[in-house]
Amino acid sequence: MTDVLVIGGGNAALCAALMARESGASVTLLESAPKEWRGGNSSHTRNIRCMHEEPQDVLLESYPEDEYWQDLLKVTGGLTNEPLARIAIRESATCRTWMQKYGVHFQAPLSGTLHLSRTNAFFMGGGKALVNAYYRSAEKAGIDIQYDSEVTSIELSDKQFVAAHLKDGRRIAAKSCVLAAGGFESNIEWQREAWGIDEHGVSPADNFLIRGTTFNKGVLLKHMIAAGADQVGDPTQAHMAAIDARSPLYDGGICTRIDCVSLGIVVNKHAKRFYDEGEDFWPKRYAIWGRLVAQQPDQIAYSIIDSKSIGRFMPPVFSGNESNSLDELASKLGLDAEVLKNTVQEFNAACKPGEFDHTTLDNCHTEGIAPEKTHWATTIEVPPFYGYPLRPGVTFTYLGLKTDETSAIFLNGTRSNNLFVAGEMMAGNILGKGYTAGIGMAIGTAFGRIAGRNAAFAAGNESRCNS
Amino acid sequence: MQQLNDLIQEARLTGMSDQEGEVDRIMTICNACRYCEGFCAVFPAMTRRLQFNKADINYLANLCHNCGACLHSCQYAPPNEFAVNVPQAMAAVRQETYVEYAWPKSFGRLYKNNGVIVALACSLALAFFLWLSTALRENSNVTLDGNFYAVFPHNVLVLIFGAVFSFSILALGIGFYNFWRNISKTGASIAAIGESAHDALTMKYLDGGHGEGCNNEDDGFTLWRKRFHHFTFYGFMLCFASTSVATLYHYVLKLDAPYAFNSLPVILGTVGGLGLLIGPIGLLFLNLRRNPLHGDARQKPMDRAFILLLFLISLSGLFLLVLRESALMSYLLIIHLGFVMGLFLTMPYGKFAHGIYRMAALLKNAVEKRQPSTLKLGSD
Repeated sequence: MTDVLVIGGGNAALCAALMARESGASVTLLESAPKEWRGGNSSHTRNIRCMHEEPQDVLLESYPEDEYWQDLLKVTGGLTNEPLARIAIRESATCRTWMQKYGVHFQAPLSGTLHLSRTNAFFMGGGKALVNAYYRSAEKAGIDIQYDSEVTSIELSDKQFVAAHLKDGRRIAAKSCVLAAGGFESNIEWQREAWGIDEHGVSPADNFLIRGTTFNKGVLLKHMIAAGADQVGDPTQAHMAAIDARSPLYDGGICTRIDCVSLGIVVNKHAKRFYDEGEDFWPKRYAIWGRLVAQQPDQIAYSIIDSKSIGRFMPPVFSGNESNSLDELASKLGLDAEVLKNTVQEFNAACKPGEFDHTTLDNCHTEGIAPEKTHWATTIEVPPFYGYPLRPGVTFTYLGLKTDETSAIFLNGTRSNNLFVAGEMMAGNILGKGYTAGIGMAIGTAFGRIAGRNAAFAAGNESRCNS
Repeated sequence: MQQLNDLIQEARLTGMSDQEGEVDRIMTICNACRYCEGFCAVFPAMTRRLQFNKADINYLANLCHNCGACLHSCQYAPPNEFAVNVPQAMAAVRQETYVEYAWPKSFGRLYKNNGVIVALACSLALAFFLWLSTALRENSNVTLDGNFYAVFPHNVLVLIFGAVFSFSILALGIGFYNFWRNISKTGASIAAIGESAHDALTMKYLDGGHGEGCNNEDDGFTLWRKRFHHFTFYGFMLCFASTSVATLYHYVLKLDAPYAFNSLPVILGTVGGLGLLIGPIGLLFLNLRRNPLHGDARQKPMDRAFILLLFLISLSGLFLLVLRESALMSYLLIIHLGFVMGLFLTMPYGKFAHGIYRMAALLKNAVEKRQPSTLKLGSD
């Protein structure tokens, strides 16, 4: 019998598996995807948010614990568990050498796409390179990796893990277990259930695009909740960016983002603006726009810019609808031309002269319209005009299993001694809502390692850790 | 997927081949992702553009070293529906550039069946030297004593090889010049030339960007591709140096071959020859184990023909050295010269040219890096 069973195949699962193995346990890892799709959403990630008191290898300046904590507090609006959040933050300062030991490479800041070289360490080649490195190291360390192994239920005995039951009928027993099987974002049915029907009589979830893996169906999450595991979070809360509406339903990843939102205006299907596009830099507001679009009729919106903005934002994967007049643009986007022209005219009239600088929070703002645009407000008048359709793109969901600083799960209020949880399945403890780039990987790495070590301890290996 | 197909069909494809269109499609995806920017020069060069014209694509394709790192790291690699395979698409365009920039232009088609061309060139060259040796030999009872010129007079060899080699250098030079003119609108500073020479001579972009090397059969990294390339390249250069020194000996110092085993030409040739055995064997071994997703499978005959030719030149050369006092000398000389001639004949129309166009691309990269970017994407 294997000591530690790890269920899941992304970053948190691999961290747990490697850490359990490092702690002396024999480890089996079950990845529900086939090998070519392994790694879950981690394959789409790019960086990890790291605290640091001074410039450190690939990180510039400093990003102290408290600033990190304040950033998190801001985006979550207080919906967070401070002790757990601080564990993830502190771990993020020191985990990089451990990651490097297992073949992960970080890269020096180059063109820096997201204003993040101070706060985030970038993986050379991105998340899939990280996942590949972890899998290679796991194989080398003698971890038994099984692909195409979807776990449908957990066999418990008096709140203790006994065995996992697989879809293909296998039963795998272990002395302890780490659940790291991700959220439920690719389970459209569950999303639909969570979001219900909006005031326009539409199921918003029908219009969602899933930015990541098709394999995060939340099968195990649902099973654990039904089995009495304590849950945290709201099922409608998720990391949700506004992405190009023409993106594939699954696995569109980063390249589908639309980076020009803060340079122009965003209108809904009625050609009306609905939110301050210039509230903050796009990277900072990145994860709120998905939700904003989700709340619009038919969950569709259009980012509209004029030719002045070309060359000032990340090139989009799909070219914008290019038009020489607003009439033509409206017709291409399927918007009412008169309303769109009015919206643009109203906006243009409200733009106050200022010094445009899209690299700082500049003083170009509107006056006298609602919603206002507080920065980078410049008139939309120089053709050609460009329009990009936007849809909510779900990255991962926050509903998860309640845990503590040992990463253990709780069944009807009682801590399990040998069943642990890591990654997206527990990120909701820290992320009640909102998102700040790279924190998902920080949580996954911190709690993956804690869960792995404690699972090894529960199986009779080495020592336990709280953080 | 419809959107992706639309991308290929876009207006800026005017004048582009299907393969160039595919690189355009892929670069558009990569430019929106940029996770690979640390691996090699292709991606930073890409980020200096919002759109890609034909010249950009030819340049980027020849800047790509087919290391495979971006493929294994790619979240959009097959089976993802974006089906991004940078090394494969770039390799296909690279061959098109060789064809397109070949001089004389009509000879570009020789690339298309390069394996056959190399075999033919070698066979004909061997037959030619066999015929020549009998035609020239007046007295077959002469003792050769390791004297190559008793088989082929020095002047005859100089004339034949000089003519073919000069033509090859001219053809490659014109190809380089036309390619450079197409991809670059400016001249190159000394610093840029220095940097590109450094990058070419160290094969910087086979180190994976992190020093652990590039990919071969899987997502693991290996430095052996870089090492075997180095054995091959420097082996070739040492052999070339050996011939050059021997030429100086002959004309300047009036010293005739055969040279002693401890003479400079023989030492250079021996060391180079060993490099040119080890390098090609290694490259062939790696080529056979290469992940099928890397590069362009249709070009494997060209790659392997070139690798084998270098190996055979070196092997026959070393045998010739060791057995030059024996009765086999004249046969080994014929064989060796046949292979060398095969190489000289096919140099501007075979795998050899990849180094030439890559140097032009590296130079362009070194020049471009020094120019300010016109884009202001709101990055750091």
